[in-house]
Amino acid sequence: MIEYIRKHPEKVLGALTEHIELVLITLVISLVIACLLTLLAMRSERVSDALNNLFSVLYSVPSLALFALLIPVTGLGRTTAVIVLTLYNQYILLRSFTAGLRDVDPAVCEAAKGIGMTDMQILTKIRVPLARRAIFAGIRLAVVSTIGIGTIAASINAGGLGTLLFEGLRTINTPKILWGSVLSALLAVSINKLLKMVENRL
Amino acid sequence: MSVIQYENVCKKFAGSSKYAVDHVSAEIESGEFITILGSSGCGKTTLLKLTNRLYDPDDGKIIVEGVDIKTVDPVELRRRLGYVIQQVGLFPHMTIKENITVIPSLMKWDKRRMDERADELLKLVGLEPAEFRDRYPHQLSGGQQQRIGLARVLVLDPDIMLLDEPFGAIDAITRLNLQNELLRIQGSLGKTILFVTHDINEAFKMGNRVMVMNEGRLLQFDTPREIVQHPADAFVKSLIDSARTQEKFWEGAL
Repeated sequence: MIEYIRKHPEKVLGALTEHIELVLITLVISLVIACLLTLLAMRSERVSDALNNLFSVLYSVPSLALFALLIPVTGLGRTTAVIVLTLYNQYILLRSFTAGLRDVDPAVCEAAKGIGMTDMQILTKIRVPLARRAIFAGIRLAVVSTIGIGTIAASINAGGLGTLLFEGLRTINTPKILWGSVLSALLAVSINKLLKMVENRL
Repeated sequence: MSVIQYENVCKKFAGSSKYAVDHVSAEIESGEFITILGSSGCGKTTLLKLTNRLYDPDDGKIIVEGVDIKTVDPVELRRRLGYVIQQVGLFPHMTIKENITVIPSLMKWDKRRMDERADELLKLVGLEPAEFRDRYPHQLSGGQQQRIGLARVLVLDPDIMLLDEPFGAIDAITRLNLQNELLRIQGSLGKTILFVTHDINEAFKMGNRVMVMNEGRLLQFDTPREIVQHPADAFVKSLIDSARTQEKFWEGAL
């Protein structure tokens, strides 16, 4: 294994960088969409249930299948990967966000409404600050999930650590396989740990 | 001049065949301290929530300060009235000062005005500003939290205040102090107060006039003396009798 990285450091580092880029781009887009969907979901229980059902159905589709379904529409490569990963993230984010926001002490929310705060003010000044841990936990889970599912993205030319993994499997190159899997796992575990530390301080 | 008018107000909740508020009509004059008395489920809280449009009536009208509240923006109405619930609902992530000045900060008051108002109100409710303004709600006792709840609704100096069993969760000694504080504040500021309670002694002690409710209907609306001397029906009479029995117990024990 050590010999492999001594001979091809750019390959390993390149794959790692691609993977991190993929995760970051997906995260930003996922958050924007999740925030908009959460605003919709908070207005009505029915909309909230409908959205949750939609995304849980999508989440249950195996990632390789969802990638394959989108290829005729958006082609091979990173775009398709980002779209699929973002769709998966909505399941996690929407659920955590709405559950956290709804879980805030009802007496506090009733008092807020009674003294004359608008629904939006109650959301931003009361619910969000009090639900910050649940919200952040949702983000953390989404990031870790993206790191994991992102390895499959290599199968549709989106790059990332999966590249090492798949090439290694194809050519039975053990060091490659190991580097691909070990780095993915390390990335997931260390990011999870880091974000958990932040979450505990919230 | 009547400051609140209920005209045949009705409210039914979805899935229930019974009225929560059943054709209630009443007029409340400026500066009165009105207690609304009844047991659980009699409609007193619902009536209060209809007054600041947390609920809307199915039938009838409510007129506040001369205007049918159906035509008014609910948020603006709620800021004009004061509303305190039994659990108070102080915002746990904000300091006492921030809790009191929530609405002013949303209305973009300047900082100095907000600080001064917060200190003024803390003094009014009997708490030392320097000691309490930067504390958090969880650091206060139940009685202190109720005082902050009052301060929070007094911040915009509303003419009318709606209090829903504010002292229900407080111990008897603190409750006595808070009752007297509230009477003092109301007396010096001349506010109109609607005070919901299930405690007959509290209702009769605090109210100029008492609304007795049962099963959504307003049974009697009169001064405590009139109610005691001329109860309107059997239910009101049974309330009086139960209070009398308690009194006799204390007299006997002494």
